[in-house]
Amino acid sequence: MLKILQQIGEYTIFISKVFRRPEKWRIYFQMFIQELWTLGIGSIGIILIISGFMGMVITIQTASQIDSGWIPAYLVGYTTRQSMILEFSPTMLALILSGKIGSNIASELGSMRISEQIDALEIMGINSANYLVLPKITALMVIMPFLVVLSMFIGIFFGYVICETVGVITPSDYIYGIQYDFRPFDIVYALIKAVLFAYIITSVSSFYGYFASGSALEVGKSSTQAVVYSSIVVLIFNYILTQMLLI
Amino acid sequence: MIEIIGLNKSFGENQVLRNIDVVFEEGKSNLLIGASGSGKTTLCKCTVGLHQPDTGTISYNGRIFNQMSHNEKKEIRREIGFLFQGSALFDYMTVEENVMFPIKMFSNLTTKEAKKRVDFCLERVDLKGVNKLMPSELSGGMKKRVGIARAISAKPKYLFCDEPNSGLDPQTSILIDNLIKEITHEYKMTTVVITHDMNSVLEIGEHISFIYKGDMLWDGTNKEVLDTTSTELTDFVYASSFMKELKRMNG
Ligand SMILES: Nc1ncnc2c1ncn2[C@@H]1O[C@H](COP(=O)(O)OP(=O)(O)OP(=O)(O)O)[C@@H](O)[C@H]1O
Ligand SMILES: [Mg+2]
Repeated sequence: MLKILQQIGEYTIFISKVFRRPEKWRIYFQMFIQELWTLGIGSIGIILIISGFMGMVITIQTASQIDSGWIPAYLVGYTTRQSMILEFSPTMLALILSGKIGSNIASELGSMRISEQIDALEIMGINSANYLVLPKITALMVIMPFLVVLSMFIGIFFGYVICETVGVITPSDYIYGIQYDFRPFDIVYALIKAVLFAYIITSVSSFYGYFASGSALEVGKSSTQAVVYSSIVVLIFNYILTQMLLI
Repeated sequence: MIEIIGLNKSFGENQVLRNIDVVFEEGKSNLLIGASGSGKTTLCKCTVGLHQPDTGTISYNGRIFNQMSHNEKKEIRREIGFLFQGSALFDYMTVEENVMFPIKMFSNLTTKEAKKRVDFCLERVDLKGVNKLMPSELSGGMKKRVGIARAISAKPKYLFCDEPNSGLDPQTSILIDNLIKEITHEYKMTTVVITHDMNSVLEIGEHISFIYKGDMLWDGTNKEVLDTTSTELTDFVYASSFMKELKRMNG
């Protein structure tokens, strides 16, 4: 418990070092664009695959569950839409990205730490936390909502593909279902989660990478920690936000 | 000039530096010699503030580093060039970007002027045509030299080189030694060079400080080092058979 409090303290100090005015805006901006590319565009492949399969599975599962005459078939489309928007696209995606991006960031920063590249920045009088980490955090926070919306579309679209090909329900029922009782606030809720989770993933995994020490083995450990802790924190805040926003 | 008074540093139980007093003079190459593990790297890192010393004051041309505000420290650090023992090149940047990095960060040179400066620095460390290579594509000695080029590219007032010629062949080694000495004189820098290499000691050691297991045991010039009466230093200096032979010949 004490250790957790201490880590939260260290994390807070770290974050206060990260959120400073960049040394040179032009260089910050270059790195920001670069991170948009690596963190954001680089994740599109995995997002397409996972969201597509998830949409198909949800559609089939729901259809097989309510396979009785008196529940209307369009509820399958409705359920797929709600699952994708409320939970899968923002939260599951965040968990998957904390695996991909989190370990990536932690091992990058960790190896910079042990090969003294971070010290080299500090010696030049550069705030290394700000220089290295701020572009990552801001870039993922900017691009994550787009990734989440993409995931929603893909999931819902592949649910439709299932209806067309496997025919668990008719496509027109599905189309009716995904339009049924649509509340725009659900999207807002999902986007709020997206931005918050993007912040959590990048800042927590940067924290573990930045303070790696010792050997390459330690870098591996810190990248595992980065994934585990950013996932846990995502889940905790998912619960808190859901209670705050949906009840 | 850098002046260090009463510096102590421990890592946990392990006291690495004991009551170090030393002056690194301006316009001279100051050598820091001593056996492996004696605390040379730690002393340099304390001097530039990468390690927090337990006690002691460090002053840069009279300005006391420990008492400076955050911004003043930053100013000093922009005047420091540092070559790390393991080079510490930014491995996601090309050689050219590495050397250009301090220039881009702190000066207002145009890209063209900065490129010219990069070429000039690389030429001085005898590297040509490697601008576009990544650090992973270089040999150990080439990395060292790129590290030196990066350390001097923003024209520092204080230059720290942690074993600049380890891993270099004798010829390149001498070239680097002479480069360090030359630019030190040319730009009136305060230069601190960590080395094990007796060649460098004799070649460029205008002021030599000898650390033995965390104590500052001796300081003097390369003329004096051969006639030392300190047994620890004698052991260090005359460790190689070549030096032993030299001693025998000189009687
Ligand atoms: N970050 C650190 N944490 C704990 N101990 C350290 C750390 N850095 C150095 N030491 C210890 O300090 C002592 C001196 O190390 P230092 O790197 O200063 O030696 P050195 O004189 O530079 O040796 P070499 O010539 O081999 O580079 C060693 O005993 C080392 O174990
Ligand atoms: Mg060393």
